[in-house]
Amino acid sequence: MADHAAHVPGLAHHFVSMEQQKEAGTIGMWLFLLTEVMFFGGLFLAYTIYRAKYPDGFLQGSHLLSVPLGGLNTVVLIVSSLTMAMAVYYSQLGERKKLLGFLTLTLILGTVFLVVKYFEYAEKFHHNLFPAYWTYNPAADHPPTQYHGHVQVFLWIYFMMTGLHALHMIIGIALLLVIMFLAHRGKFTKEYNSPVEIFGLYWHFVDIVWIFLFPLLYLTGYHVGGGH
Amino acid sequence: MAEHTSEHHIVPLKYYFGVFALLMVFTALTVWVAQFDLPGLWNIIVALTVACIKATAVVLIFMHVKWSSKLTQVIIIAGLFWLAILLIMTMADYLVRGGWGVLGVQPN
Repeated sequence: MADHAAHVPGLAHHFVSMEQQKEAGTIGMWLFLLTEVMFFGGLFLAYTIYRAKYPDGFLQGSHLLSVPLGGLNTVVLIVSSLTMAMAVYYSQLGERKKLLGFLTLTLILGTVFLVVKYFEYAEKFHHNLFPAYWTYNPAADHPPTQYHGHVQVFLWIYFMMTGLHALHMIIGIALLLVIMFLAHRGKFTKEYNSPVEIFGLYWHFVDIVWIFLFPLLYLTGYHVGGGH
Repeated sequence: MAEHTSEHHIVPLKYYFGVFALLMVFTALTVWVAQFDLPGLWNIIVALTVACIKATAVVLIFMHVKWSSKLTQVIIIAGLFWLAILLIMTMADYLVRGGWGVLGVQPN
């Protein structure tokens, strides 16, 4: 069995078969993702507690965010999840060119997301909406609302959650570049492609986090009229 | 040893396109519904229901969990149960303390 295994390209010596190796990798990634679920879970819990405590502050804070930009980024991430899924599909067929093509599309879409996020953050900083600005500049021009402190809590949570999500996007893009490099070198074949699939799990997870962030942060105050 | 249940399964592209269509339609739906000020908790209930449906579709199809081993599926369910403990038990404590509104409703 041992020398039989040694002849399969891509099979590490401590696994019995490719199936076992792939199963171990998949379960390992899911265990990591579940720690990530708890990591983000703490922030979702903070969101829930403070939303229960300051419902009006959350409505007004949410109303400060741009639904068109948040919606655009939602669509960008959904399309990037599709291109990632298709990259996995073509890696399983061993079609290197199409694999590289869809990985490149995923990379471009991930970068577009971060660029849109950059413009959103820049606009918030420009309007003094970064909470630390109020904390350290009490005389700063506050948005005209009687819920300053409560809106500030919302904005802290907004920056923490989207910031942590953006950090995951940056790490995802860095990992994607490694996967692309390996794919370019012809490392992945019909028989050995689990790194592509396991990276895909990470990418889709980051998409799922955004699927919850978008309605909770951007859409909560969408029905509030009056502009800002 | 266990039988080889997971032979090289390649998910057909039509599944991916189906999930993609579902995600786009439900994103449009959740934005459309969010324009209206629904009574009580209905805004957040609709938003979270739509988000959960979208997330489930991504997990089952894009992340291949529909075709994963039972062990992987049990691990994922256990992880989500752990998240439920975090959220439900903490909120069960907070919400019964005085001076707290229920989500979206200002306390008196």
